Amino acid sequence: MPTKIEKDALTGRHTTGHEWDGLQELNTPLPKWWLYTFIACCIFAVGYIALFPSIPYGRDYFHGWLQASSRTAVDADVKALEAQRAFSMDKIKYTPIAQVKDDPKLLAVATAAGRIAFANNCQPCHGAGGEGRVGYPSLADDTWLWGGTLADIQQTITYGIRSGNDRARNSVMPNFGAGGLLTPAQIEAVADFVWGAFYGHAAEGQDLSKGRAVFAENCAVCHGANGEGSRTVGAPPLKSAVHLYGDLRAAIVAQVTNPRMGVMPSWEKKTNITGLDEATIKSVAIYVHALGGGE
Amino acid sequence: MADAVLATARPVISYNEEVIKKFTIAAMFWAVVAFSLGVYIATELSWPEFNLGLSFLNFGRLRPVHTSAAVFAFGGNALFATSFFVVQRTCRARLAGPDALHDFIFWGYQFFIVMAASSYVMGFSRGQEYSEPEWHITVWLVLIWVLYAGVFIGTLLKRAEPHIYVANWFYLAFILTVAVLVLVNNAAVPISPFAAKSYVVYSGVQNAMVQWWYGHNAVGFFLTAGFLGMMYYFVPKQAGRPVYSYRLSVVHFWSLIFLYMWAGPHHLHYTSLPDWTQTLGMAFSIMLWMPSWGGMINGLMTLSGAWDKLRTDPALRFSVTAVGFYGMSTFEGPMMAIRQVNSLSHYTDWTVGHVHSGALGWVAFVSFGAIYYMVPALWKRSGLYSTRLVAWHYWIATLGIVFYISAMWVAGIMQGLMWRAYDKFGFLQYSFAESVNAVHPYYVIRMLGGVMFLTGGLIMCYNLIRTVRSPSTELRAAGLPAGVVLAGE
Repeated sequence: MPTKIEKDALTGRHTTGHEWDGLQELNTPLPKWWLYTFIACCIFAVGYIALFPSIPYGRDYFHGWLQASSRTAVDADVKALEAQRAFSMDKIKYTPIAQVKDDPKLLAVATAAGRIAFANNCQPCHGAGGEGRVGYPSLADDTWLWGGTLADIQQTITYGIRSGNDRARNSVMPNFGAGGLLTPAQIEAVADFVWGAFYGHAAEGQDLSKGRAVFAENCAVCHGANGEGSRTVGAPPLKSAVHLYGDLRAAIVAQVTNPRMGVMPSWEKKTNITGLDEATIKSVAIYVHALGGGE
Repeated sequence: MADAVLATARPVISYNEEVIKKFTIAAMFWAVVAFSLGVYIATELSWPEFNLGLSFLNFGRLRPVHTSAAVFAFGGNALFATSFFVVQRTCRARLAGPDALHDFIFWGYQFFIVMAASSYVMGFSRGQEYSEPEWHITVWLVLIWVLYAGVFIGTLLKRAEPHIYVANWFYLAFILTVAVLVLVNNAAVPISPFAAKSYVVYSGVQNAMVQWWYGHNAVGFFLTAGFLGMMYYFVPKQAGRPVYSYRLSVVHFWSLIFLYMWAGPHHLHYTSLPDWTQTLGMAFSIMLWMPSWGGMINGLMTLSGAWDKLRTDPALRFSVTAVGFYGMSTFEGPMMAIRQVNSLSHYTDWTVGHVHSGALGWVAFVSFGAIYYMVPALWKRSGLYSTRLVAWHYWIATLGIVFYISAMWVAGIMQGLMWRAYDKFGFLQYSFAESVNAVHPYYVIRMLGGVMFLTGGLIMCYNLIRTVRSPSTELRAAGLPAGVVLAGE
């Protein structure tokens, strides 16, 4: 169709003379502010390209007038942080853990370092306040599997439990059911006994003698005649308010029949590349010790 | 009006409107699916128990279903519908090729969507964002896309107008570039012709770079250029005004499509991507600001002299608000591409908020405006069933977006600040879990914003169904039975 340029009455601009389905276009020039801002952005971009690493050529690239590098910047940041921490952390590393606790200044640093290391590494299993959950021991109460002194806790964090580390704490609960050491009837009887005598659910006049006999013969050697447990072999106390695998009778049957044995990682850097350095492990031990159950 | 006179002088062309109706219905159907899934996974983020322990309801599986349903199913069908609507009218030509081909494209595209979505739910994924379908599904998409490009370009070629309207430039850029993006990013070697799994031909950081070249240009050409095409037809149509500046449309079109291509590296700031690539990505993102705003200026300034229509035409309100959100998110984007800003915003919910101000505010709103305009035109109704319901939709959805994006701004900036906070001894101030705890209330607000947006979408569906089921204007000529009221009257 022929070009038909019209004048738009409202703006005084001319149209381009084209028309599609009733749509027309005005021949308005580019808005000045738009054009100048566009040019300003381009100048900024060119300047930025000149200052920072930008144009590639061959196997190298133009490093920019500022010679900036993300890698160098990160290294510098990490070094600065390490320097800031080093003064106190080195002291913590070379001071016996009990003395760290008695030095208020070092204790403040250790608590800050321990809290954040605990929150980012231990919290997923042991809970935000160290309260634990089924299968993961509580760290905030008086029941300890391997001991709750500062040294005990430091040992556990450093080498772990059944972690494969040479110095890890290891213990095995025998496979009484699947291994054929006890018959299902004996397992039910010993569960009755543990549930009744130690967990405190004995019915009036219930005869626990059969289970008591099984317990004395098979379990007492580790868990103690009175269910007090043994920290030397990491046998959990059964006469306790807290039970690692829950408070149900069914959990006792399951544990005797086919035991679960949890793993705590070793956190020493030597065996765990995402582990923690010695001063941080000490700090975590001090933090955990203060959660409520420290001995 | 001038075009009324012109219309009498021209032969009446019969357009293929049946396929546009199908795409429009599909767009609304997938819109509801996408919004509902969004609400559901937002609920999962607030209360993870909502995954009910079922693998196929897991956030990781539903999230790509949500994003693909929003972008490719809702957005894609809206683009198919409006591009076919616009190209026929502005070229005064019926769609190229037989109608059966257009129907094949329609059903083929729906088949692609169903295949992709069901494969994600079953756990099949390439693991590349917005490009998750395994190779056999992508091959099918490529076939459909080539046919689509053929029909669109064929229609342009047989046009009865001497010039190609600006909307069609944008649609064409969208169609061609998406083809290139999909082909390059999906280059992979299947482990067997009978297995879904394949290995990408790029490795390591090069794979990441290609992926975000794709990802960024999917935003640039699918969600920006395509919907700018929509804007360039429906805003002047609804406003009844000429486009503000032809020159601006030329300059911003070419600068936009040239500059967008290079901005992808800003998705990989502070990663193992070389510094020089990051610098270029940022520099091109800054230059992209004004080209993006060219579209906003042309959209808003076209309304000069027609602002009063916003009071009477709530559908136009959608289109204009969309242009506003477009301007806001295309300012926010270059800002977030600045490395120093990105060091705060990256990996936080700020990014999620930014995407949704674009997706809900721009893409969905400009589509709503277009569909509210198209439905009465396609089904030959004198108007919508209820403009009051459009107004309700508008306010509920707008408020929903505001809830959504402000909650994500607060949550995102808070996360960024918490992650970088050190105490006086040089240790991290907050653990990651503490930052998760801190954003919980904002996640709930975000979910409520999503519920509002979904509610608006359902109101729209009801309104459109009532519009279609009202008597057509052709009936009016034949004399209406007593008591029947026409839609829009």
